[in-house]
Amino acid sequence: MLLANSRGMLAAGRRAAVAANAMQLRSLTTGVSGAADKLTYEFTDKLDLIKPESYESRKAYQVIGEDGKLRQSKEPSLSAELCQKMYENMVRLQVMDHVLYEAQRQGRISFYMQTNGEEGINIGSAAALKHEDVVFAQYREAGVLMWRGFSLQNFADQCFSNADDPGKGRQMPIHYGSVEHNFHTISSPLTTQVPQAAGAAYAFRDAGKDGPVVATYFGEGAASEGDFHAGMNFAATLECPILFLCRNNQYAISTPVQDQFRGDGIVSRAQGYGMASIRVDGNDTIAVYEAVSEARAYARENNRPVLVEMMSYRIGHHSTSDDSTAYRPIEEIESWKETAHPIPRFRKYMEAHNLWDEDKETALRTDVRKAVLQAMTHAEDKPKPDALDNLFADVYTEMPQNLVEQQRELSEQLKKYPAHYAVHH
Amino acid sequence: MLATKTTLRACGAVARAQNGVATRAMSTKMSVREALNTALLEEMERDKDVYVMGEEVDKYDGAYKVTKGLGKKFEGRIIDTPITEMGFTGLAVGSAYKGLRPVVEFMTFNFAMQAIDQIINSAAKQLYMTAGTCNVPIVFRGPNGAAAGVGAQHSQCFGAWYGSVPGLKVFMPYSSEDAKGMLKAAIRDPNPVVVLEHELMYGTEFEMSEEAMSSDFTVPFGKAKIEREGTDLTIVTMSRSVKFALEAADELAKDGVKAEVINLRCIRPLDKETIIKSVIKTNRLMTVEEGWPQHGIGSEILSTVFESEAFDYLDAPAIRVTGADVPMAYATNLEKLSLPGTEDIIRTAKRITERKM
Repeated sequence: MLLANSRGMLAAGRRAAVAANAMQLRSLTTGVSGAADKLTYEFTDKLDLIKPESYESRKAYQVIGEDGKLRQSKEPSLSAELCQKMYENMVRLQVMDHVLYEAQRQGRISFYMQTNGEEGINIGSAAALKHEDVVFAQYREAGVLMWRGFSLQNFADQCFSNADDPGKGRQMPIHYGSVEHNFHTISSPLTTQVPQAAGAAYAFRDAGKDGPVVATYFGEGAASEGDFHAGMNFAATLECPILFLCRNNQYAISTPVQDQFRGDGIVSRAQGYGMASIRVDGNDTIAVYEAVSEARAYARENNRPVLVEMMSYRIGHHSTSDDSTAYRPIEEIESWKETAHPIPRFRKYMEAHNLWDEDKETALRTDVRKAVLQAMTHAEDKPKPDALDNLFADVYTEMPQNLVEQQRELSEQLKKYPAHYAVHH
Repeated sequence: MLATKTTLRACGAVARAQNGVATRAMSTKMSVREALNTALLEEMERDKDVYVMGEEVDKYDGAYKVTKGLGKKFEGRIIDTPITEMGFTGLAVGSAYKGLRPVVEFMTFNFAMQAIDQIINSAAKQLYMTAGTCNVPIVFRGPNGAAAGVGAQHSQCFGAWYGSVPGLKVFMPYSSEDAKGMLKAAIRDPNPVVVLEHELMYGTEFEMSEEAMSSDFTVPFGKAKIEREGTDLTIVTMSRSVKFALEAADELAKDGVKAEVINLRCIRPLDKETIIKSVIKTNRLMTVEEGWPQHGIGSEILSTVFESEAFDYLDAPAIRVTGADVPMAYATNLEKLSLPGTEDIIRTAKRITERKM
């Protein structure tokens, strides 16, 4: 944005520059690092208004079909241990989501969001990243944190905002964050994490071949925000090692994809930024794992961004504040649940390779449910964070005088009227 | 419009910055623009993680030439951005999360409204929301308030808005010494700091003390400066209004009214102590600001005084002098009438001092 008085000067300058370069318009350099970055185009005598219907839709990479059968002849290279770990985490995520969602319904926590239907995206992508890769998530990626070792107790403590909450009771449920797990604290305003992630990746440019990458997650709706454009464009022009991981689950609260954009999903935008991209079946956990692995290797090796669009469906409501049957038919939800849910699909693959059976399934679900309920009850029983220690701290790195005084006043007040301020649950 | 100073003085400043020691006993004159440029230069030399990001800051030397010469000296650390305040602010915030120390330049703070979500929700509140694990050592700077004939969308003062946010520190420099010391302090601080400069002050030269010329000179947060001592009336003000308050104080002195002029310097945290002490001494208070009257900085000063022991020392109601409660008009005469000037301060001062108990 330029001020009125500067605009005149610059416009005059640009006119002069254009006139001088009139004969060189066919080849504009967009980058400094070689022929691949030059914007070159040929001339044609054929007037062709290309209509949107003729833009080709990108195919989604798929390894296991919806019937659980391998689509290609080559076996995926995942070890049995890795497959098992992935499946167990997907089930743990699903059960945790279910229990905590119900807890909200019962009035025990104020809010919750599930990953229902997107467990494959969560675990498949998390397994392809390294622990030191920094994650900037949106809000439906708890599985990434779970994969990295954030415990059921940690999740429950945050949702109940008790004294053990790693977030010190400062945030709504599901706004997790952990320095130890390289998972940036969830921030409510949509898509603000995308340019931030590009900035963080900019800081990693010189980290070398064994260095970390940044991975940022966002939904297809969040990709409509202006911040998305800025983050993508910056990552491309500044050449940052970052993965843009889009969960296209077809709904942004009640807004279906046909009202969100008219292009071929989000992956089609990568070409506009001169960025590498891949579209993958998000309900095929192995395909997600392979796609994100490939993207990560490319990003780190070349210090370039990659957009990965993971196609899926949001089986649950947007959150506990939503009833999605108000804007979509129950038959549609049931249909996706029955045919494309990532968990039964992966289970079929595991069973076909004798890695899983009904007994294992029952045992896992029983154990996990027990563990989740235990963590939750335990979290609910714990006291709330100490007010004196936690209310005034962390506004600034050092507590300013006015807050020190307020803290002291509160301390006196609490001593004087302990019964009135006994807030534990 | 953009008068650039001679290079000689700027070179002198650079030489001193490299030595880190003042080499002359006598004081020097420096414009606010040069002071800001020197501050950036010194801090970028001191800490390799400091970088500047904004529109036109590199090859154009800055829309107001504040970053002149820095792009050549610190290659890759003065970054020109595409036109998206929201985008580059988000990017800078993200890099601050990972330990870099960005100085984000907004061409004016009016354009920062595009980025205000990143400033407030992702920078100011971040340390608190992340339970103390993620501080944001970022500086947001640029011209604030009215310029000359630039209309409503280029003339707003954002002091009251940013000054109300816990998590931010907010400086409003007046002189060159203010500008240099504040920008240096802001860059060194681990919290997000907003530095609201003033376009019409960039070209004004001020004497710089030997102390101010040092490469370690910083202005402390939360400490106001008494620009002129007095006994009859306290005038609390900030930024360009300090100039008019001092002119008014000169005029009032001819009538035997000795006004004490307090340059707030920092509006968050606020130096309540200095204000209260002054009102106890003079018994009369007025404030001056360019911003709009409702919910403004003056409102905060008056409330602070009424809630303190100084209330009992007031001999007259305190009065705020502010910008007019209108979007800024373009026509010169209308613009002049919309902003507080020396005459407005004198008139109000007389109203306050002519009341007898």
